[in-house]
Amino acid sequence: MRYVMVIDTKKCVGCSDCVVACQVENDVPLGYCRDWVTESVSGKFPKVEMELRSERCNHCENPPCVRTCPTGASHTVDGGIVVVTGNKCIGCGACIESCPYDARYQHPEEGYVDKCTFCFHRVEKGMKPACVSVCPTRCMYFGDSHDPNSDVSRLLAERKYKVLAPEAGTKPQVYYLI
Amino acid sequence: MNEELFISGRNLHNIDPHLEIWEFPIALYLFLGGLAAGILLFASIAVLLDKEEKLPATTIWAPIIAPIAILIGLVALVFDLSHKMYVWQLYLTIRIESPMSWGAWVLLIVTPLSFLWVFSDLRKIFPKLDWKIPVLYKLEAFIREHKKFLAMVLIPLCLILGIYTGILLSAFNARPLWNNAILGPLFLTSGLSTAAAAIILLAKTDFEKHLFSKIDVGLIIIEIGLIIHMVMGYYAGGEAQIDAIQILINGDYSTMFFVFLVGLGLLFPLLLEVLELWGLKLSVIIPAILVLIGGLVFRILMVDAGQLTRILY
Repeated sequence: MRYVMVIDTKKCVGCSDCVVACQVENDVPLGYCRDWVTESVSGKFPKVEMELRSERCNHCENPPCVRTCPTGASHTVDGGIVVVTGNKCIGCGACIESCPYDARYQHPEEGYVDKCTFCFHRVEKGMKPACVSVCPTRCMYFGDSHDPNSDVSRLLAERKYKVLAPEAGTKPQVYYLI
Repeated sequence: MNEELFISGRNLHNIDPHLEIWEFPIALYLFLGGLAAGILLFASIAVLLDKEEKLPATTIWAPIIAPIAILIGLVALVFDLSHKMYVWQLYLTIRIESPMSWGAWVLLIVTPLSFLWVFSDLRKIFPKLDWKIPVLYKLEAFIREHKKFLAMVLIPLCLILGIYTGILLSAFNARPLWNNAILGPLFLTSGLSTAAAAIILLAKTDFEKHLFSKIDVGLIIIEIGLIIHMVMGYYAGGEAQIDAIQILINGDYSTMFFVFLVGLGLLFPLLLEVLELWGLKLSVIIPAILVLIGGLVFRILMVDAGQLTRILY
């Protein structure tokens, strides 16, 4: 089993619902966020293109944060989800330095490092991550890429997609349909 | 044009707009760790070569710096943690892939050994010192008797500690300015050079001063070579590498790099040391102090500038 997220950049309108849903669901400290929306504008007028991306931890297949963590607090669980065990984390910042996506932060009150968990607590119960479940344009998909009949597998087979910073060698598992 | 912005708003503390997770305490620790490793390495080699009598600053005086430097470094390191109370978690596991993990274990061994080293020589420095407890006299005699064994254990450990201060940074491919294989040997050389400078400052005889001046000249030349090698490697690299090195060559940190590191930290002390060895009446204290400051500047430079570089996407 391999959990992945597929996000359709053609359907995303950049409403930031995913961000708010995550903050509420995961009790994210005020002013912080585990996911965010990036607007990427490229080209030269009048040929300008805009892409909207809901970004978060990429739950990499080859996660540098897990590799550099000195205590094993950062680790992968079922389905390749990368999580942090708070009371094993010393807050050294090595994982933050190692993440090409800057997807981690030190929790301002607790001190340990915090990040997107793909809402593992919901996924365990068969639910979808909070961000996916609230998306008003249904541009986000979550599922098992090893199951050929899943939504995500089907989309990745049919559509053109990209991942962020593949050259980092992290094998990111959040796919963007383009 | 290619512009990216977070339209949902994102201003994570110490991360946006650029990383400032590791700051001065880390740079200070890397400097002190390298200095301590270098001092203990020189002391160990001197003891193994039976030069204790001839090189008192190397084997007796300078090693006092080592445990003090390590302790200050460790305090700085723990100070920088955001979840300090859990620092013991480092010692419940050994993670081979994480340089920080094996660095922590090496420090756990080197720190007490450095104390034992100093302890065994303390009565040579303070002859009137009385341990009062007989066990301590026994321990002192035991260490003195087995000093060569201690030295043999310390040599590989100090090499690991010295290299580790560089590998700690080079393990992060997300920060291109750190992610080069030469940083380990470079920080080791720099650490040895600062250690030689510290010994020069403490040496009382011309023989010892000149010996370490010569060693330091060699180390500075190697260090300059490695820095050139590093810069060349970046220019031969991909987009992220070429982009990253600009910060030192033609960017926010180029003054610090060229003036304070290459100029005042390496070339100028090298010139002064060479002139002094050629017989000019110069004080060796000035180049030694410059080398020490240069070593610290180098760590601050790499820690700060490295966090400004990233893989662009």
